[in-house]
Amino acid sequence: MLIKLAGTFILLSVLAVGGGTAVLHEMQEVLLAEFGIGPDVFVKTYGIGQLAPGPNMTMVTLLGIQIAGAIGAVVAGLAFFVPSSVLCLCVGRIWSRIGETPWRRAVQNGFEPISIGLMGSGVYAVGKTALLGPITVALAILSFGLIMRGRANPMLVILGLGSLGGLLAYLLPLWR
Amino acid sequence: MPDRGPRGDRPRLREIFRAFLFVGAASFGGGVVAYQKILLTEKKPWFSVDEFKAMLAISQTMPGLNAVNIAVLAGDRLRGAVGALVAATALLLPGCLFVVGIGLLYLNDPGSAAATWFLVGVAAAATGLLASVTYRLAEGRLLRLNYAAIAVLTFALMSFSGLSLPEVLLIVAPIAIFLNRPGRAGETDAD
Repeated sequence: MLIKLAGTFILLSVLAVGGGTAVLHEMQEVLLAEFGIGPDVFVKTYGIGQLAPGPNMTMVTLLGIQIAGAIGAVVAGLAFFVPSSVLCLCVGRIWSRIGETPWRRAVQNGFEPISIGLMGSGVYAVGKTALLGPITVALAILSFGLIMRGRANPMLVILGLGSLGGLLAYLLPLWR
Repeated sequence: MPDRGPRGDRPRLREIFRAFLFVGAASFGGGVVAYQKILLTEKKPWFSVDEFKAMLAISQTMPGLNAVNIAVLAGDRLRGAVGALVAATALLLPGCLFVVGIGLLYLNDPGSAAATWFLVGVAAAATGLLASVTYRLAEGRLLRLNYAAIAVLTFALMSFSGLSLPEVLLIVAPIAIFLNRPGRAGETDAD
């Protein structure tokens, strides 16, 4: 179980082209197929990650807990953060020795639209589960609009809309 | 191998730990990289803006979270591999403790309907946030045919084809790198 957990997150780690959002879709599918973590649990864990300081993908430790307890948190955290970091450390050293090459630029430029596509599918995957009905859809549109319009602090938007939406969803169950 | 910052001596490990711990604890709502830039180029005399941009470029090329990769690269340049370990650990520690702490409280009391619906609200609002972040990153570039084609192809394969992420990357990465190979037009959008 722990080995399978480690393997899953190691793979996600080295495939996270363009950051954590890029692997959200894959993570949701694999955790459901391999460990029975349903979409509702995944979305709530994702919500807790959004509230946390620092990189939001620290939520992998909480996913680990739900799969294998405290040791699961350690395994998932190490498996998700160590491989990509070691890779980056090695490549960073090589790069600082050989200097900038046109191929690094080519790889970065090539990966950019890929990570946009992957992030899009991450939004789609989370949205499919998180948007249940009129209230939650309205929340998502409102937060999109508020953040696109200007300098609204994303944390305040999420906290404010989260509280408002949670209250409405609680009071008006049919409209969720 | 690790070179010094532009000015001054190599900082002590404890100083690196404290600096990244602060970023990890204070950067709410994403935007960790922006905090790191202020920390590494303004608050501490460790890197020039150009050096930071070079580290960011490598971080974006490599898999993994950009913020974690920057911590690794900065820590390595300041104090070698141990510095990298210290910087990345300090960056992630506050978030991990928060997530585990809140998560355990919640998991021990899953009957709390108010907390459940608050998290559902948060996830819904976060979907909008995520969509706007994605849109901002792509803004203006989706008009370029190559760019849009790769982004849409990746999105469609990932969302609807049932292929796994490794399979999707094996298909799209060679195409995307070939289209952007050195010497091609369109590589002028360097930041």
